[in-house]
Amino acid sequence: MKTATPARKIDSFLDQEYSAGFETLLEADTLPKGLSEDVIRVISAKKGEPEFLLEWRLEAYRRWLTMTAPKWAAVDFPDIDFQDIVYYSAPKKKDGPKSLDEVDPELLKTFEKLGVPLHERARLAGVAVDAVFDSVSVATTFQKELGEHGIIFCSFSEAVKTHPELIRQYLGTVVPPSDNFYAALNSAVFSDGSFVFIPKGVKCPMELSTYFRINARDTGQFERTLIIAEEGASVSYLEGCTAPMRDENQLHAAVVELIALDDAKIKYSTVQNWYPGDKDGIGGIYNFVTKRGDCRGARSHISWTQVETGSAITWKYPSVILRGDDSVGDFHSVALSNHRQQADTGTKMIHMGRNTKSTILSKGISAGRGSNTFRGLVRIAPKAEGARNYTQCDSLLIGDQCAAHTFPTIEARNPTAHVEHEATTSRIGEDQLFYAMQRGLTAEDAVSMIVNGFCREVFKELPMEFAVEAQKLLGVSLEGSIG
Amino acid sequence: MLDIKNLKASVEGKDILKGLDLQVKAGEVHAIMGPNGSGKSTLSQVLAGRDTFQVDGGSVTWDGQDLLAMPIEERARAGLFLAFQYPVEIPGVSNAYFLKAAVNAVRKHRGLPEFDAMDFLTRVKAEMKAVGMKEEFLYRAVNEGFSGGEKKRNEVLQMALLEPRLAILDETDSGLDIDALKVVADGVNRLRSPERALIVITHYQRLLDYIVPDHVHVLSQGRIVRSGGRELALELEEKGYGWIGDAGEIHAAPPAAGGA
Ligand SMILES: Nc1ncnc2c1ncn2[C@@H]1O[C@H](COP(=O)(O)OP(=O)(O)O)[C@@H](O)[C@H]1O
Ligand SMILES: [Mg+2]
Repeated sequence: MKTATPARKIDSFLDQEYSAGFETLLEADTLPKGLSEDVIRVISAKKGEPEFLLEWRLEAYRRWLTMTAPKWAAVDFPDIDFQDIVYYSAPKKKDGPKSLDEVDPELLKTFEKLGVPLHERARLAGVAVDAVFDSVSVATTFQKELGEHGIIFCSFSEAVKTHPELIRQYLGTVVPPSDNFYAALNSAVFSDGSFVFIPKGVKCPMELSTYFRINARDTGQFERTLIIAEEGASVSYLEGCTAPMRDENQLHAAVVELIALDDAKIKYSTVQNWYPGDKDGIGGIYNFVTKRGDCRGARSHISWTQVETGSAITWKYPSVILRGDDSVGDFHSVALSNHRQQADTGTKMIHMGRNTKSTILSKGISAGRGSNTFRGLVRIAPKAEGARNYTQCDSLLIGDQCAAHTFPTIEARNPTAHVEHEATTSRIGEDQLFYAMQRGLTAEDAVSMIVNGFCREVFKELPMEFAVEAQKLLGVSLEGSIG
Repeated sequence: MLDIKNLKASVEGKDILKGLDLQVKAGEVHAIMGPNGSGKSTLSQVLAGRDTFQVDGGSVTWDGQDLLAMPIEERARAGLFLAFQYPVEIPGVSNAYFLKAAVNAVRKHRGLPEFDAMDFLTRVKAEMKAVGMKEEFLYRAVNEGFSGGEKKRNEVLQMALLEPRLAILDETDSGLDIDALKVVADGVNRLRSPERALIVITHYQRLLDYIVPDHVHVLSQGRIVRSGGRELALELEEKGYGWIGDAGEIHAAPPAAGGA
C-alpha cells in the first residue's frame, strides 16, 4: 500500500524501476503512470520550454518530495497514490466519443437542463468536434482585437513561447511552489492553462472566459493560470469548469495567480461544475486548488466570485494578499454540496497595507448527506493601519442529514483594525415547502426558489449569462435532494 | 363538489379528526366555527395535503376525484386554495417572484398562457390596490417581517390572483382590525360565484356580518356537532361555545368589535 508520507513516497520512487528512459518517453503520446524527474523533463521538452522553466519545475518537484498531503481539511477520502496518475498525455483529437450518440445520456440530459447549446454540449461531453471550441481557440477568436489594445490572452504554453520574460517575471510570485503540497505538485507537472496580461491603463473591452474540462485521458488536471493587470488596468475573467462522469475519482490540482499593480482591478469569476460523483459517492473529481490574488499596488482591487456545485471533494480557498495601501479584496462564494459531496472552502484575506479593506460573503448550501465547511482567515499585519474586514457566512440546510461548519479565524495584530463577523444558519422548513406547494409549485421549484434567494447577493456579482447558468446549475445539482 | 365522509386524521398518534362529514356544493359559502383545538386547522391542512397529518379513515371526493390521493401541488393547480392561519415566511424570495411563479404554475395547468412580467405586474398591482397593500410589498420577501394584518392581506391577495374553485380560509379574520376584516370579506365576496365554493373557518361570528354564509357548522372535538343557517352563528355569539355540550373548552364570544 502506498501512502503519501514523504518517507514512503521517496521509498516508492527508489523502488521504481525506470524501464523507460527519457528518450523512449519522449516518443510516447501518453506517458506511463507515475512521476519522476524524467517525466518532468519530458513534459517540459514536449512543450519546448526554456531552460529556466524546466529548472523551476524540477525544483518544485524536489520540494514536493519533502512535503506531505494536507490532512487538516474536514474532508474524508482515501490516500491518493501519486504514482498511479498519468502526468502527460498528448491531447488526441479522436480520443473519446465520436458523436453525441456515444455520450452518456445522463450527461446530455444535464447539459440540456442547463440550456447549453448543442455544439457546446458536444464539446463539453468530450466529443471530438474539430477542436474549435477549445479553451485556446476561444482566445484566438478575439486575439486580434485584444492585441490592438496590447492585451495578451492565450494558453499558458503559448505564453511561455511568446512572452517568456513575463512568465519568468511573474510565475510563482503569488503562489510559490513551496506554498503547499498541491501547489508544489502543480508547479512540477502543470500541463497548460491560461495567461492574461493587461498593459498599463488598459480596460479590457470584453469579458475573457475559459472553459475547462477534464477527460480521463486529457491533460487538463493540472492547470496553471496567471493574470497580470498593470497600473490602472482592469479585467473581468470567467472560468467555467465541467467534467464528464467517470467512475474513478480524478485529481484536479490547479494553481491560479492574480497580480494587480497600482489602481488595477481584477475580477475573477468561477462557475465550477466538475462531476460530483453519484448519489453513493462513487466517482467524481477531487478538486484541490490554490487560487490567490496579490494586490501588489496601491488602490488595487481583486475580487473572487465563485459558484461551486461540482466535485466530489473541493478544497479551495481563493485568497487575497492586500499588500498595496488602500487596496481592496472581495470574496463572494456559493458552495453547494449534495449527496455525499464534501466541500471545504473559504478564503484568506491578508492585510498588509494601510487602509486595506476586504469583504467576505460566503453562502454554503448542504443537501442530502453533503457536508459544507467554510474556513475564513482574516489576518491584519502590524503595519496594516486602519484595515477593515466584513465577513458574513450564511449556511442553508436542506434535509436533516447534511452538515455545515464554519471556522472563522481572525488574527488582528494592529489595534486600529476593524473586523466584523456575522453568521447565520437556516434550514428549508417543511412549512415553507408546504406553503409553496399549496400555491401550485413543485417541491423542486420551491427549493430552487429559496436557494436562489439565498444566493442572490453572490449571483449579482456574476456577469449576466453566468448568473443565469449558475442558477440553473443549482437547480440541477439539487435534484433529488428532497422527498 | 366537495364530499367529506367520516374523515379521521391524527398527528403524532393523537386523534384529531374523529369522523367528520361535510358536503359543500358549488356556489356555496360554508362557515366552520369551533373552539380552539377542535381541529379546524387540521381539517384545512388535511384537505390541502399536508403530510404531517395522517389520514386514518374516511374519504374526500372533489369533483368526482379522490382528493386525498392527489399531490399537494396538483390540488393547488386544480383550484384548491388555503389561506393559512399562520402564513409562512420565506426569506430571500420576493413576494413578486413567488406570486408570479404560483400564478403561472396554476395558469399553465389550466391551459392558459403564462403571464409575462408586464402582464403580471399590471394584474398584481390592481389586486394589491383592492386589498390595500402598498406596492413595496411586492419587493419584500414573502411574509418576512409582515405584521399579522399584512400577512392576512397577502393571503387574500394570493387568493384573488389564483382564482381558486375551492377556497378555504383558516381564521383569516383573527387578530384583524375592522378595516382589514372588511378587506378579507370583500376578497371573499368578490370571489363568490356559482362555480366556486368557499369554506370560511372562523372563531368569531363578526366576519359573518360581512360574509353571509349559506351554511354554518360547529366543529367540536373533531366532529361537526351542529349545522344550521346564518342564525347558528348568532346563537354561538350569544351563548359562547359552552352550550354545545361536548365542547372541549368554553369560550366566551369576544366583545362585539368595531361597530359590527
Ligand atoms: N403538528 C402538531 N403536532 C401535535 N399536535 C398538533 C399538531 N397540530 C395540531 N395539533 C393538535 O391538534 C389539535 C387540533 O388542532 P387545530 O386543528 O390546530 O385546532 P384549531 O385550528 O381548531 O384551533 C390541538 O389539540 C393541537 O394541539
Ligand atoms: Mg386553527
